[in-house]
Amino acid sequence: MSTTTAPVRGPGQGTVPSGTGTPPRRRRTRRPPEVRNGAARYRAWWVPWLWVAAPVVVVAMFYLFPFLNTFFLSFTDASPLSGQGENVGLQNYRDLLSDPVFWNAVLNSVVYALIVVPLMVLLPLLVALLVRDKVPGIGLFRSLYYVPAIASLVVISLAWSAILRDQGMVNVALMDIGLIDQPISFLTGRWTLLLCAMAVTLWAGIPYYMIMYLAALANVDRSLYDAAAVDGAGPVRKFLTVTVPGVRTMMTLVAILVTIGSLKIFTEVHLLSNGTGGIGGESQTLTMYIRAVGLDPTYGSLGLGSAGAVALFLMTIGLLIASQRLNADSEN
Amino acid sequence: MTTDTIAPVEPALSHPRDVAPPPRRRRFRNLSDLHGRALVVRYILLVVVLLVLLGPLILPLMAAFKSSTEPIFGQSVTLLPQHWSLDAFRTMFEQTNMVRYILNSLIVCALSVGSALVLATVGGYMLSRKGWRGRTVVFLVVMSALIFPFESIMLSLYAQVQAWGLYDSLLGVWVPSVLGPFHLLLMRAAFLGIPDEIEDASFVDGASETQRFSKIFLPQVKGSLVVVGLTAFIFAWQDFLWPLLVIQSDDNMTMMLGISRLEGSFGTDYRVVLAGAITAMLPVVITFFFTQRYFFRGIEEGGLKF
Repeated sequence: MSTTTAPVRGPGQGTVPSGTGTPPRRRRTRRPPEVRNGAARYRAWWVPWLWVAAPVVVVAMFYLFPFLNTFFLSFTDASPLSGQGENVGLQNYRDLLSDPVFWNAVLNSVVYALIVVPLMVLLPLLVALLVRDKVPGIGLFRSLYYVPAIASLVVISLAWSAILRDQGMVNVALMDIGLIDQPISFLTGRWTLLLCAMAVTLWAGIPYYMIMYLAALANVDRSLYDAAAVDGAGPVRKFLTVTVPGVRTMMTLVAILVTIGSLKIFTEVHLLSNGTGGIGGESQTLTMYIRAVGLDPTYGSLGLGSAGAVALFLMTIGLLIASQRLNADSEN
Repeated sequence: MTTDTIAPVEPALSHPRDVAPPPRRRRFRNLSDLHGRALVVRYILLVVVLLVLLGPLILPLMAAFKSSTEPIFGQSVTLLPQHWSLDAFRTMFEQTNMVRYILNSLIVCALSVGSALVLATVGGYMLSRKGWRGRTVVFLVVMSALIFPFESIMLSLYAQVQAWGLYDSLLGVWVPSVLGPFHLLLMRAAFLGIPDEIEDASFVDGASETQRFSKIFLPQVKGSLVVVGLTAFIFAWQDFLWPLLVIQSDDNMTMMLGISRLEGSFGTDYRVVLAGAITAMLPVVITFFFTQRYFFRGIEEGGLKF
């Protein structure tokens, strides 16, 4: 930015009153001092605050206050009907940590992450490699591939609930080809229900992360592939020595996002189990647990639920910090 | 909805709009070195993956088009309807509260899109401007709202909504989507991308703050506005967890909540549920096909999750 004194041509130029006698033209066309200083651009100090007031109030009221209030509620015995309750100290946390249902939910989330994360890091990358080359019609393929990501988890879950039930297409097909005699109750067993939910998560997630990988792949130098080919590398070798190092940052990011996502899984399990979380809620995820203990109309305890929410938050933050550490380590 | 956005994202590649389109006839020659058999194999793979990705979504939904005499479960079930029929859709519109659900969802969507656009633009603009005290503080405050997942604040938000008397109302559904912090940051980034020289010129011309905003800046961020509006729409349309918490009466249910309840409230005819699923999916998918470049831009720019 230069502080030019040359006349600035602009649409407003003609409207500047030239006045009488000594025309102030030279001064007017010079850049005003406040622009150079980068300060005092506004009529009063509160003008910018007027602009940001509404958005900041909304963020504070609907995000930050509830967040702080979660911590506050977790030390009280508030119930969903009464609202604020009495201070009970750490009782909710003691209850939470001694609740087998909570640990059950944690275990479910961990298993969820262990299975979904590797698949979600790898499969979308492979799909992205498939749609990377700009062959004729590739735009249409990319768009169609993306449809599951846009179709909404509710819709996919309802559709899958139809084919996975005892009399659904999957069981019928398996019995037709003689693999099984009796229908498998996919949606009632603890782990089969979770596996079905994982499939929904994967189906909806693959197209989404495919797009992220496509963006990352665009930055991979194509000539490296030719160099690898000269050295006699096959497709697998090229994948491992060129593609993977090229998109490693994105792979880490996807792994973090999917891990955190696994902690928050709700819709898939809720809908595939008709809102129960499996028999006796044994397939419940952390979010389902928070909702169930927090908002049960009769036994609900906002305090205990909030303690669970704080646990969820701490796990998320823990994962983020751990991943930052790992990232920093691997870069050194 | 929140933690998805804080991790560093690879720099977005230049958008298609920034790159001059190659001459039409040579468009594909330089971009792909696939020829002959390799090309055929590539297309076969593309179609196979397409079937794998879309089959499990489309095939079960097809049962909605089966006539009521045809089984949708059990031994004699067929993949595609033998007699195509729209009976399930008719039943859905005539005997369930579907019209109301759709209307409710549209109301929530309109509120969310409107509020997100206005607030994100106004706030994002001023956050991108230099020269006022406190902008860093405000920016950090907004950023901090991205750290925690929505699932960890939903209970206390629920308590708040109840205290305000918004429980079981569409305004209550609106609350978390009034303005996503991410939208604010996206608009801030968009305004930051406008060269300073343009603003300096407008200073010289004596344009007021409001004039600078509406005449100089707003026209330059149309693309980002579309991204914000679209994501607000998709989020409001597809959200399930929050409406499930705050809505109780059938008349106030949104589309996603409504179709998830159809099975319980509507006996055993799963055809109607699937018809509802198709109805819920179509608006978003159609919107997507007309606006896809903005979708992909949104993902590339910020790892934004629908």
